[in-house]
Amino acid sequence: MELSGSEIIAQFLKDEDVEYLFGYPGGAVLHIYDALFKADEVKHILVRHEQAAVHAADGYARSTGKPGVALVTSGPGMTNAVTGIATAHLDSIPLVVLTGQVPTAVIGSDAFQEVDSVGISRPCVKHNFLVNDVKDLADTLKKAFYVATTGRPGPVVVDIPKDVTDPKIKIPYTYKPSITMRSYNPVTKGHPNQIKKALELFFSAKKPVMYTGGGVVLSDASQSLTSLVQRLGFPITSTLMGLGAYPSTDEQFLGMLGMHGTYEANMAMHETDVLIAIGARFDDRVTGHLEKFCPYAKIIHIDIDPSSISKTVKVDVPIVGDVDDVLTTMLDMLKETDRTPDKEALKDWWKQIKQWRKKNCLRYNKKTKVIKPQYVIEKLYEVTKGEAFITSDVGQHQMFAAQYYKFDKPRQWINSGGLGTMGFGLPAAMGVQLAHLDKTVACVTGEGSIQMNIQELATCMQYQLPIKIINLNNQYLGMVRQWQEFFYEGRYAMSYMDSIPDFVKLAESYGHVGMRIDQTSDVEGALKKAFAMKDKLVFIDFMTNREENVYPMIAAGKGQHEMELAPDSELV
Amino acid sequence: MRHIISILLENESGALSRVAGLFSARAYNIESLTVAPTEDPTLSRMTLVTNGSDEIIEQITKQLNKLVDVVKLNDLNVNGAKHIEREMMLIKVKAPVAARDEIMRLNSIFRGNIIDVSEDSYTVELTGPSDKLDAFIAAFDCDSILETVRSGVMGIARGTNALHV
Repeated sequence: MELSGSEIIAQFLKDEDVEYLFGYPGGAVLHIYDALFKADEVKHILVRHEQAAVHAADGYARSTGKPGVALVTSGPGMTNAVTGIATAHLDSIPLVVLTGQVPTAVIGSDAFQEVDSVGISRPCVKHNFLVNDVKDLADTLKKAFYVATTGRPGPVVVDIPKDVTDPKIKIPYTYKPSITMRSYNPVTKGHPNQIKKALELFFSAKKPVMYTGGGVVLSDASQSLTSLVQRLGFPITSTLMGLGAYPSTDEQFLGMLGMHGTYEANMAMHETDVLIAIGARFDDRVTGHLEKFCPYAKIIHIDIDPSSISKTVKVDVPIVGDVDDVLTTMLDMLKETDRTPDKEALKDWWKQIKQWRKKNCLRYNKKTKVIKPQYVIEKLYEVTKGEAFITSDVGQHQMFAAQYYKFDKPRQWINSGGLGTMGFGLPAAMGVQLAHLDKTVACVTGEGSIQMNIQELATCMQYQLPIKIINLNNQYLGMVRQWQEFFYEGRYAMSYMDSIPDFVKLAESYGHVGMRIDQTSDVEGALKKAFAMKDKLVFIDFMTNREENVYPMIAAGKGQHEMELAPDSELV
Repeated sequence: MRHIISILLENESGALSRVAGLFSARAYNIESLTVAPTEDPTLSRMTLVTNGSDEIIEQITKQLNKLVDVVKLNDLNVNGAKHIEREMMLIKVKAPVAARDEIMRLNSIFRGNIIDVSEDSYTVELTGPSDKLDAFIAAFDCDSILETVRSGVMGIARGTNALHV
């Protein structure tokens, strides 16, 4: 088959089974858009800002496990996409981002809409390519998908100069179902001896804790994890990124750990003698003060990325490999032995954990007239029967969603954990909704975050995406305000938002439904009404308690056992 | 501790900047870096000299290995491994008639080559471990040195141990 560069792109995406392409046209990608238009195979979603294209592709990827694909033009198109790319990079999300580039002949001449896309994206991609010759195009695209989706996944940028997509230059094209690269061979199988060492620690542990992260979700290891945890009878806690990999409603689940984790999870981390870290990377939001982190623990760490191991916390039993592969091997090995964990010790350990649980650290006053944000999330959980896909933005609302929505399934909770990108929630929800047209998708956000990509309400209208936007509106940049209250003597520098738009009218002007709710008694009814509108985007603006804080909280420099809990006055 | 890391990487545009970018992004030290294609023109060999605690060096090698363009690498200083290192220097010094004998004498002591001569200057080519080059420089007073250019360290393991694909 003889194809031009732009036709190769259109055909390759079809051959690669790409369902959606999220993008925005511009000069350098016009040939590509023309070929896509003519082929009409891959569904193109026109966003309103390139950052949203990448977030939407990212939401698609997080909710399906398949790579997300975005297409943007050169120069500002590419620079707008960078935040989205970095967001995916920090959370190891497989993306392929195609960026247009000025023609090869003028690269380096400061041409119109030229930036060094490979240079700009280099520190925030897993890998990137500049295609200099149309003959390299098909192989490069294949490499991009291969690198993005294997090993520790991540975003890959392919920068394509306009002349490479010239419709007049045709070359033979055949689709290669696979490709090898001598410099890239990710390890997937864990070393059996290391796995045996881990098992020894399972058997000798008196106070074990499983600590799981986004790697479990990325590796689709929920089933093997659940089997292993239940077989061993160990308590399990999860990072923000790992929520849903193990059912949150299960008795063995201690809740999220870290800065805003539960009392029982953080205390168990502090006291544990064997910590089993699985697909988690000892992020500073998890560890708190490193010198006070898990002082009594032998640490087992399973991760596909060798550089994650002993990066910040020295581990005793490193296991490099794909999480699902390693956990499955562990289960097989456990079946072949009659040895079991120390049941007596575990009984005492659970007794201790139950004591910690009695603190009921997520308690809050539900009897207030003014709406508590926690209450909205709890009602959201009830009304959606815990089955919705929840995307979030970044801030207090994100923590409330993580704490109060009990995720039982992986890929159900979609948020920007590593980079903490405000503006992620709505475009990510578009990608999730497109991937799951018949499922319920809600975006939990705040009046600060939502305004960072509010323009995507137009995209939602164009493609009839019935997302439910849960706006926890406290008229403050809540998390910033909370830190200013705690650490800056209440000087609320720039955390107050004046002239917030009327979100009801704003939603309506885009053709959606808007609702404004300002008392607790109306919350449940509003949610029911909104979720009953199956084919409408509903923007619910919840006016919440202005100075609500997220508890528990581990302040900077503190250890896990030094959490601050909500003051008693709050706990009615 | 000082480590010499030998790296085989794809001879592609941008590969060098991936390595350099990694060092600046993660605040690692680079003492010297030298790179050129190997007998296989699709591969470049880089020798990188860096400093750091064992933990940092471990992270550096892991992070380097993670770069998609890096095919293989070897820490020449790991586990007491033996290696040879060499650096080349071209140094241009003032050479008034009165000083020429002394320069020639130094050149012969250090086993250098005088590779260019002008009315007022000599250019000496010198190869060896870095401290030998330092010693040669120290033998001159600052005023008499017109220019120095050093290649940075190249290293290779002793014995049959070899870094190749």
